[in-house]
Amino acid sequence: MDQFTLNLIVIGASFALYFAIAFWARAASTAEFYAAGQGVGPVVNGMATAADWMSAASFISMAGLIAFGGYNNSVFLMGWTGGYVLLALLLAPYLRKFGKFTVPEFVGDRFYSTSARMVAVVCLIVISVTYVIGQMVGVGVTFARFLEVSTTTGLLIGSAVVFAYAVFGGMKGITYTQVAQYVVLIIAYTIPAIFISLQLTGNFLPQLGLIGSYAPSGGDVAFLEKLDTVVTELGFAAYTADTTNMFNMFLVTMSLMIGTAGLPHVIIRFFTVPKVSDARSSAGWALVFIALLYTVAPAVGSMARLNITTTFWPGAVTGSAFSAPALSIEEINTNPELAWVANWQKTGLLAFTDKNGDGLIQYFNEKKPVADAGKALADANKALAEAPADADKAALEAKVAEAQAALDAALADPANGLVEGQSLTDMGLKGNELTTVNNDIMVLANPEIAKLPGWVIALVAAGGLAAALSTAAGLLLAISSAISHDLIKGALKPDISEKGELLAARLSMAAAIVLATWLGLDPPGFAAQVVALAFGLAAATIFPVLMMGIFSTRITKEGAILGMLVGLFSTAIYIFLYLGWFFIPGTNMLPNTPDAHFLGISPAGFGPIGALLNFAVAYIVSSMTKAPPQDVQDLIQSIRVPKGAGAAQAH
Amino acid sequence: MADKTSSNAYWAANIRVIVISMVVWFACSFGLGILLRPALSGIHIGGADIGFWFAQNGAIYVFLVLIFAYAAKMNKLDKEHGVEE
Repeated sequence: MDQFTLNLIVIGASFALYFAIAFWARAASTAEFYAAGQGVGPVVNGMATAADWMSAASFISMAGLIAFGGYNNSVFLMGWTGGYVLLALLLAPYLRKFGKFTVPEFVGDRFYSTSARMVAVVCLIVISVTYVIGQMVGVGVTFARFLEVSTTTGLLIGSAVVFAYAVFGGMKGITYTQVAQYVVLIIAYTIPAIFISLQLTGNFLPQLGLIGSYAPSGGDVAFLEKLDTVVTELGFAAYTADTTNMFNMFLVTMSLMIGTAGLPHVIIRFFTVPKVSDARSSAGWALVFIALLYTVAPAVGSMARLNITTTFWPGAVTGSAFSAPALSIEEINTNPELAWVANWQKTGLLAFTDKNGDGLIQYFNEKKPVADAGKALADANKALAEAPADADKAALEAKVAEAQAALDAALADPANGLVEGQSLTDMGLKGNELTTVNNDIMVLANPEIAKLPGWVIALVAAGGLAAALSTAAGLLLAISSAISHDLIKGALKPDISEKGELLAARLSMAAAIVLATWLGLDPPGFAAQVVALAFGLAAATIFPVLMMGIFSTRITKEGAILGMLVGLFSTAIYIFLYLGWFFIPGTNMLPNTPDAHFLGISPAGFGPIGALLNFAVAYIVSSMTKAPPQDVQDLIQSIRVPKGAGAAQAH
Repeated sequence: MADKTSSNAYWAANIRVIVISMVVWFACSFGLGILLRPALSGIHIGGADIGFWFAQNGAIYVFLVLIFAYAAKMNKLDKEHGVEE
């Protein structure tokens, strides 16, 4: 059976399962639509939260980010798990005791103000919409790769699937579908990881493989030491090298942690459990299921990095990279075990050119002078090729010749070489020939690189789709409940009937899917930037306002509203200054380089600063305004003790 | 709702548990994983230095233990102060 048929069968079977669950668990009331009737056990909720939380970015991209970023990208591992400690300790139990359906509803009641509730609705929608676009793009890309359709068709199929089960099932349908999606994605992630760990380190558990010894050279070298040796020999930074900006690494980790705790689609999952004590333990269960993937990811990343490097430098398996010739093009074209190279080349995620014409693909890291000169030459060639017929060809040709001479000089300079005392020219090299290795390939092509059977490849496809779909569904629910429950019932039409609100919830979910699909068809040129914005804003708006609402009795509505606005605008503006206004390329007012960053703070690390500004403004304004009224003081006292949560108020 | 003095004592005890837990949370991730990594680079866990291991795996295990320990401690406090569900 060919790979395409296998993919169709495995993906089709997983979708049939999701639809069956959604039909069985369809929502019949608003309580079921928004909070699954508050009858989900802590373990089941933990599993659903894990699927809700682990997006296309966690499943497909994170291992690749770690593979090429090494120690520096540990920020994602700590940041995206440490947030659950904050959720369990600071937010989840109290919000569950509050016993209503949405995050803005808590803000509105605690800060006795519809305006505060509406500001929270705006923050929630900005955060969730930016986040959901990335998921829709992930769905489109995964479908396109594994079902051999265009990205647009892939996106439309994905939207139709989410539509079918999220609109009818609501939170209840989504919860049980997410449980099934979790099972699919964790199996898909760990099976290739176990095989690869066995191949490279002889350890069954990838977590032990990471700190184990490297098996192919006899086992007397640690795996990480081997990886460091191989990548530094090829001119890359050592895998375990320390960060060059500890302050920024600290801030980015903090931003991801408090951002995680402030993401509305994660918080609302804790409204579905029956008791306050369940909310605490459910955060722990969520982290158990998340940790199953997150502790494996660094092994997947580092092992895939070594595998792809030794594929191109077969000599590096047991000795020095240069002890044997690099991989030849002939080998790529004839060896069936290397068919994946050509497959992924078609998608553009992997690209190579034989610059020195020796029939081999030499993969290494060019030092900056060589990389810059190579880019200048490519630009000069492009200008010549695109010049109109009447242009001054001679001048353009002179520029190309000048750029070529500069590149030759850089290549001949021993300071830019890979081996002490030898220039790249001495080694017969004209530059790095593996010109593109996309991060995502580290997970998507992992089973092929490790020569695993076809059904594992199909499973990875189904797992990637499960991760993207489950997160998209959770986000769409957060958006639709903010619109139907907070905006329509809370402000515009308070006398709406139960039936009317359920219909409004379904319609706003449908509208949110259409919007997300439309934005996903033409994403404004980002991906990673959007994540920075979503986490930064969640960290600077939702997390501080919820925490102050629970832990302080003195913060007033004026303080909360101004605090949220300051957090929202300061963070958004700081990010837009470096990444372009609304991410439109070319509109950034400062270059996004470490030198230009204010105090070395990268846009992704601004969340904690925005949160501090939010706390400070809220505190100062509250101390100047009238204390909250008695009924709010009573509300705060009541959410602080678990007693009485069983009789959750419906409205 | 429980009477005011007992719920005040409960809240103070809760805050104490939270503060201790947050110290652990900070120490295992930001402390060992980032700030102290250069100072502790001589200590190894298997093939990784201790800072690298905490940043990529260890902190997550500590987070897990921490949440369940917090949940258990709070269940006990709930009972002691008579505010359990």
